[in-house]
Amino acid sequence: MWSRRQGRLRPTVCGVEELRRRRREQEAALRKARREQQLVSKRLLREDAPEEAGEGCVAAILGEAEMQQFLRQAQRGTEEKEREGALLSLRRGLQHPETQQTFIQLEGSMRTLVGLLTSNQALLQLEAARCLHELSHSEQSTIAEACLPATSYLLTYLSGHSSDFIELCLYTLGNLIVESEAVRRQLLPQGIVPALAACIQSPHVAVLEALGYALSQLLQAKEAPEKIIPPASASSSILASTLPQHMLQMLQPGPKLNPGVAVEFAWCLHYIICSQVSNPLLIGHGALSTLGLLLLDLAGAVQRTEDAGLELLACPVLRCLSNLLTEAAVETVGGQMQLRDERVVAALFILLQFFFQKQPSLLPEGLWLLNNLTANSPSFCTSLLSLDLIEPLLQLLPVSNVVSVMVLTVLCNVAEKGPAYCQRLWPGSLLPALLHTLAFSDTEVVGQSLELLHLLFLYQPEV
Amino acid sequence: DGDVQRHLYLQEVLMQVADAPEKPRVPAFACQVAGCCQVFDALDDYEHHYHTLHGNVCSFCKRAFPSGHLLDAHILEWHDSLFQILSERQDMYQCLVEGCTEKFKTSRDRKEHMVRMHLYPADFRFDKPKKSRSPASTEVPGDSGERSEGEAMEICSEPVVASPAPAGERRTYSHRSVSKLFLKHVLNVCSVLRILGCTWAAALLIVNSER
Repeated sequence: MWSRRQGRLRPTVCGVEELRRRRREQEAALRKARREQQLVSKRLLREDAPEEAGEGCVAAILGEAEMQQFLRQAQRGTEEKEREGALLSLRRGLQHPETQQTFIQLEGSMRTLVGLLTSNQALLQLEAARCLHELSHSEQSTIAEACLPATSYLLTYLSGHSSDFIELCLYTLGNLIVESEAVRRQLLPQGIVPALAACIQSPHVAVLEALGYALSQLLQAKEAPEKIIPPASASSSILASTLPQHMLQMLQPGPKLNPGVAVEFAWCLHYIICSQVSNPLLIGHGALSTLGLLLLDLAGAVQRTEDAGLELLACPVLRCLSNLLTEAAVETVGGQMQLRDERVVAALFILLQFFFQKQPSLLPEGLWLLNNLTANSPSFCTSLLSLDLIEPLLQLLPVSNVVSVMVLTVLCNVAEKGPAYCQRLWPGSLLPALLHTLAFSDTEVVGQSLELLHLLFLYQPEV
Repeated sequence: DGDVQRHLYLQEVLMQVADAPEKPRVPAFACQVAGCCQVFDALDDYEHHYHTLHGNVCSFCKRAFPSGHLLDAHILEWHDSLFQILSERQDMYQCLVEGCTEKFKTSRDRKEHMVRMHLYPADFRFDKPKKSRSPASTEVPGDSGERSEGEAMEICSEPVVASPAPAGERRTYSHRSVSKLFLKHVLNVCSVLRILGCTWAAALLIVNSER
């Protein structure tokens, strides 16, 4: 999907300003949805716009009689092209929620569709799968549940060889997983985790991306921390399977790293880590070093001004690292497992600069990682000082209150390490910057600056 | 905010699912596999057709399966007489769900396991009990009509339609069909050997050593 995304040329009818405005509105709506915990992401594979635009009108809603006719034609037609055409018309109709409702209420419709899905005509099979995919995009759980009879076949087809078909099945499964707990309750005993673990060995990039998507949806399920992730639940467990190792492999930087695939698996990793089920296990698999190296790679790519949607990878990697660092196991495991590399700090700053210019909303994420790095580790604080990174840090203060608080927290982390650190912090524009922040109206900012001042005076009373 | 970004990314409707006007067209060509007369004008279509119908095909009965795993299970259970013999003494029917290592005495037990534990449909199309050689005309109403050229996947007849075979009955039946096959095989060989001028006894010896 990634590569095809870059090659796409969408003829735009409306102006750029209009698009920007629409996007801003969309983002605002999404932020609201996120606050209300209703952000549900689905992915729809659909024919590109030009085909629809060419026809001038969107496919009409299908009535019951029409639908029955299409189904009958698809099932019993004599000419293969005729059967395919009937399914195609059905699929177009299924783009509408009303048609979807009509479909699931029509007796025998799903049975027929499943029959076509498992027929011996390859192209009918593909078309039937596409119809299912349309249905999977519905936001109503009743429709997702109506697709239950097909799930065992979708899973069976994951071990086939036709990559386009597998991709379609994976996206369909991912969509269904999001929508209904009943679907997940069926998919888990049907063996979705082993099926995915087998499928992840596919060499096809598109398949891997689709798999990452489906997996990420599975991991976001609210029952995931109890039922899906823990190793105790035997065959349906993510952590007990080979999935984590494969995921980390996909995140290894190098010539074989595919950004689209990496993004999906980075998010998957993030959800697993958030569930806090067994993070030491992940650390044991080398997650910290892989992610650290990936961070370095990202910083490098940013410097080369390769803007291939990199921020999409940066966010989950930063979150994963930040969360993993809070694990107590980090100190106990030690050795090469621990993230000791000073270059991480430098890389992080390069990314922070990049965010500052392009994506200020990601600054808190980066600073959060810096906070976690410096909180318990004197060596990272030393790196910060020796690489002369205090100035750039101070430059971030005016961005926003949230950012200010984080910058000040990081500085506090450094300061509390002792007098030597305070001594090195003090010269330069720290004082003027601090005095400035004290004038902020945000109580948190002021509170944090006072804390910093307190620490500085504590260790450096002569100042 | 990273979440919002992620959501927008996922929402972008941008996959170009290869479809008729979009696919690069090539001059029409036919499938090269013997006995298949399907014609294609797009490579993606042909690829899918090939994988579906000719990818995992049983060389004994020409049935096609969606994966190597299911094909292997099929060959073992339908065409391997050693399997039949061993299954009388130990549980040989393996659960078809990937990752499950349970084995069962009969295919019926296995099906029950798959329905109960794995929530598979009772009429799962890739798990048929071996039955008579009469063509699969027992269509359950509503199923897709089977075109039997290059009979790929059989429709399963519900267990109630076939006799609810107690294991013993089915076993003898399958033995009967096996021995019929065997007899036919022997007769063929015999006729060949007669032409070659061998004796009957010598023919039996050869056949036995083959087995």
